[in-house]
Amino acid sequence: MQEIYEWFRWLNEATGINLTIVYDSYDRERMIDGFVNTIYLSLVCLGFSVIIGIVGAWLQGSPLKWTRRLVNGYIQLFRNTPPLVQMYFFFFALGSLMPRVENEWGIMEPILSNWHWAILSLSFFAGSFNVEIFRSGIEAVPKATVEAAEALGYNRLQTYVYVVLPLALRVCLPALNNNLVNLVKTTTLAYAIAVPEMLYVANQIWSDSLNVPEMMTFLLFAYVLLVGLLVMVMNKWERSMRLPGFGA
Amino acid sequence: MAKRHDVYGTTDLPVLLPAAERLNRQAAAERVLGAPKLRLRAWHGLALAAVIVLWTSFVWAQADGAGNEQQESVISAIWRWLPVLLGGFVFNIAISFLSMGIGTVAGTLLGIMQISQVWPVRGSSWLVTQFFRNAPWLVLLFFCMFLLPFEFTVFGVTIPFPDWIKAVIGLALPVMANVSEIVRGAIQSIPSGQWEAAHSLAFSRWQILSQIILPQCVKRMLPPWMNLYAILTMATVLASVVGVGEVMTLTQRVLAAENRPEFLVPFYGFVMLLFFAYCYPIARTTQKLELRYAVKQ
Repeated sequence: MQEIYEWFRWLNEATGINLTIVYDSYDRERMIDGFVNTIYLSLVCLGFSVIIGIVGAWLQGSPLKWTRRLVNGYIQLFRNTPPLVQMYFFFFALGSLMPRVENEWGIMEPILSNWHWAILSLSFFAGSFNVEIFRSGIEAVPKATVEAAEALGYNRLQTYVYVVLPLALRVCLPALNNNLVNLVKTTTLAYAIAVPEMLYVANQIWSDSLNVPEMMTFLLFAYVLLVGLLVMVMNKWERSMRLPGFGA
Repeated sequence: MAKRHDVYGTTDLPVLLPAAERLNRQAAAERVLGAPKLRLRAWHGLALAAVIVLWTSFVWAQADGAGNEQQESVISAIWRWLPVLLGGFVFNIAISFLSMGIGTVAGTLLGIMQISQVWPVRGSSWLVTQFFRNAPWLVLLFFCMFLLPFEFTVFGVTIPFPDWIKAVIGLALPVMANVSEIVRGAIQSIPSGQWEAAHSLAFSRWQILSQIILPQCVKRMLPPWMNLYAILTMATVLASVVGVGEVMTLTQRVLAAENRPEFLVPFYGFVMLLFFAYCYPIARTTQKLELRYAVKQ
């Protein structure tokens, strides 16, 4: 490892290509933290957005008119406003209304940190897409299949868990994966409220080490590789989960 | 997307459902109009009024909560700053138009290159498309912001290259890649029988593409293209992160100038409302167009 570090140090001296994230242990650890934070933010938001999607799709099938309208209103509001403005609205506007609590050093601090708001706003943003995706998946399951399950003595919950959901999940998997890829790309917005994900960390590093072109290029390739890898894995998964003769 | 399976609701019996007649009339009216009609009902207006009333009362309560009677109410503050904010929003829309224009032209070329028969052209355009599609918009924006020079000198003439032009280029890149995929998808969705038929009529490849395939594609490309435009419009706010003076930057400056915490919710809410008012009709029209074209396939 030491030799690799030395080589990059030499590269800087010889050519001026200053990749501090390789040879400088402080910058390297910051960058690794940033990468881990990006993954963590994506995973947590993915979990919450899927929950929002399932609950939303269930509420949309409600017989109550106003419940349906409320869910539709949520979907339209979050789909048709910029995610960055949503994040600012959550963090600066709603965050200012939140009560403050004392932390362990006796400093007054908002009850929800920028991390919480980033997770909240990104989950609601991605969730608004998931509701529609799940609903279309559930609608794609033929009624005859549900009735067949009923005829075999399944109750409503069993039908839902054992018959409808496994079929619906396969149908909406491509759309769901698209949304996941989008979510990973949208986590960069958390930069705006100082969540230390990859973009934010890169910004800190190029402010300290004055290596903007190198860091920018590195960042671009890092994201392209991350997302490209994700797309590849997802496509493979989609192919393996495909239902023969069902769907498009 | 998966096709919807209409196992139920299809019958060969001559049954005219009550809604069918009304839907027929509606469809006939829309065919005359050439565009889907916006069907506003009384409750739309009522809902809007209710939202406004709730909003103002909420804001009023907050303003009262501040305790100072001499302070300006939020409504009049928004009204006072309205020209500034709307000016910023118009700038956003201008950026979106420019990026969409550049992105569409470049993306169409790239999309056509993707179905080229020369493999280096096909491969390189595929790579460019995937690269810019997979990169986050904000990172591309940063990239253009920091790595493009702020002025060009061509034959001794210095051409300034302000921030907003760099933002336009930064946003045009992902648009280009997405348009490229839309064009490729649309071209490949045309049945190959059409290519073969045109070949047998001695059309050249370029003639087939420009006179037979692409004209049919326009209709298929319109809904996803409009969807992309709505996404782009919402992405123009990202330019505020890199310091272009659009609506979000101006809002933050206004809030800093006013220095009143109770203004935060209404001002940010107002920006959201602006974007919603602009993007929601686009989304609705896109949905209607999708439904309209789906039937005829």
